[in-house]
Amino acid sequence: MKIVGNVWKYGDDINTDNIIPGRYMELTDPQEMAKHAMEGIDPKFVKEIKKNDIIVGGNNFGCGSSREHAPLALKYAGVGCVIAESYARIFYRNAINIGLLALECPEITLKVKEADLIEVNLTEGIILNKTTGERIEFIPLPEFMLEVLNSGGIVPYLKKVGDW
Amino acid sequence: MGYTISEKILSHAAGLQDAKAGEIVKAKVDLVMINDATGVLATQALKDLGKSKVWDPEKVVIVNDHFAPACTIQAAKVHKELRAFAKDQNIRHLYDVGEGVCHQLIPEKGHVKPGIVIVGADSHTCTYGAFGCFATGVGSTDAGVALAFGKNWFKIPESIKIEITGKLKEKVTPKDIILMIAQKIGVSGATYMSLEFTGETIRDMSVSGRMTLCNMAIEMGAKSGLVEPDDKTYAWLKSKTSGVYQPVMADEDAKYKKILKLQVDDLEPQIACPHNVDNVKPVSNLKDVKVNQIFVGSCTNGRLEDLEQVNSVIKGHKIHKEVRMIVVPASKTIFKEALRKGIISDLSDAGAIISNPSCATCFGGSIGILAPGEVGLTTSNRNFRGRQGSLDSEVYLCSPYVAAVSALTGKISDPREI
Ligand code: SF4
Repeated sequence: MKIVGNVWKYGDDINTDNIIPGRYMELTDPQEMAKHAMEGIDPKFVKEIKKNDIIVGGNNFGCGSSREHAPLALKYAGVGCVIAESYARIFYRNAINIGLLALECPEITLKVKEADLIEVNLTEGIILNKTTGERIEFIPLPEFMLEVLNSGGIVPYLKKVGDW
Repeated sequence: MGYTISEKILSHAAGLQDAKAGEIVKAKVDLVMINDATGVLATQALKDLGKSKVWDPEKVVIVNDHFAPACTIQAAKVHKELRAFAKDQNIRHLYDVGEGVCHQLIPEKGHVKPGIVIVGADSHTCTYGAFGCFATGVGSTDAGVALAFGKNWFKIPESIKIEITGKLKEKVTPKDIILMIAQKIGVSGATYMSLEFTGETIRDMSVSGRMTLCNMAIEMGAKSGLVEPDDKTYAWLKSKTSGVYQPVMADEDAKYKKILKLQVDDLEPQIACPHNVDNVKPVSNLKDVKVNQIFVGSCTNGRLEDLEQVNSVIKGHKIHKEVRMIVVPASKTIFKEALRKGIISDLSDAGAIISNPSCATCFGGSIGILAPGEVGLTTSNRNFRGRQGSLDSEVYLCSPYVAAVSALTGKISDPREI
């Protein structure tokens, strides 16, 4: 499986208020949440994002609140995947649970620039920066999470495996 | 080889003898909490899982606290939907608009016991670790899975032991301790770990103060914050819960990722400056930071003890004319107690705005939004950019004493200087 998109690059400690401010927690429709993706740090994001664009973050991506609105807003805004140096625990779980691909790559912010075109090859575990030609390895997802993602999230996964 | 509190509680809940940090276990949960910010998505996950009923309605708590009373039509719809869900599912424990903040209500209404496992669809669920239970915040879908099956998967966290000794000076509080710890550990320094707070300072500390510490464990990325239960815990719980429980203590030779020893005799009041919780400075380093709005409340510092501290400074004085001070007790019980003690009327006389128990100003989705260029000072737990309003506003975190004295002076001030 391959994802090709342009990079939106952010720094360390991108929190859930950056990804979607608290006042939108009343929303229950992911399409509505998507209209406010990254509004807390980059209001132009939703206007300009193209399908499958890739968010790149530094350390501790998604820290703060437990709001699932954060990964949902990104997924429904069309984000192809998130690549960060590390994640906050709840965001990471939420992303996998709702079927948003979240990859861990310790050097990603050094290897890509804003707007670079990159290709994520999940099968080979390689990110290719098509703008610079550089190849970057990422930490492979644990098998359990890969299974969950391949099913489309934890809900379809559990429906498949039945009671557990 | 000994075990930490988290290892013991999660092993037991998973039906295992000796699961250790790092292992992934499937554990039973004793309580699931959802609120009006996260609850509808959790009920949606339950439905999507093909389950028409929650696994045990007695073990589910629903709280309408974030947008309470409803401030938009959408929030009103969410409240209505959660009420209907509670009714349909025979969930008795619905704390509706006006009752208070979820993390205050769960202990206060007797849902917490030492040794149990709680998941809540809210990151500050870690607050209940103050009572020696394993409580952790999860997303809505994870809460939905727990609603459906009464269990979920957990990675057993490694633990950092934080041993605190010394006696706090007057007007220095548990909030100052936890801000100092946030500065030392950093906003991601405890990701996926548990913080175990121990030492003589913790034993001397009130239950309310312990809740303040555990509440902010998540601000360092921690999965839970824990205090071993003691006589103070049991006394607090006595009037609130009737059930029996099995307290869980850490073994002497438990294995910790790190042990942090802190001496707090000379600690001074601490302030977390914009825009991160670990950007902490002693109050004496901040000169002439004017504030437009002060918020006293939230699951961090909206308890009676906090309101008493605020009132001890403010009573009989007038709040600075260029400051709006919003005071929101964390629960109705606290509100009534503060009313009975005259605190509410003292603060109102001084010029404070008193609002109904709820999350209120804490997360910027309800009352008390900051305009561009404004500065907010708050006893709550997060100062992220835009947390309480405009992206061009700033939020500083502080203790109730600092909030109180700053309300009188109009700028961030040291409570020891009055
Ligand atoms: S008071 Fe603030 S931190 Fe606590 S539950 Fe409410 S919004 Fe969250």
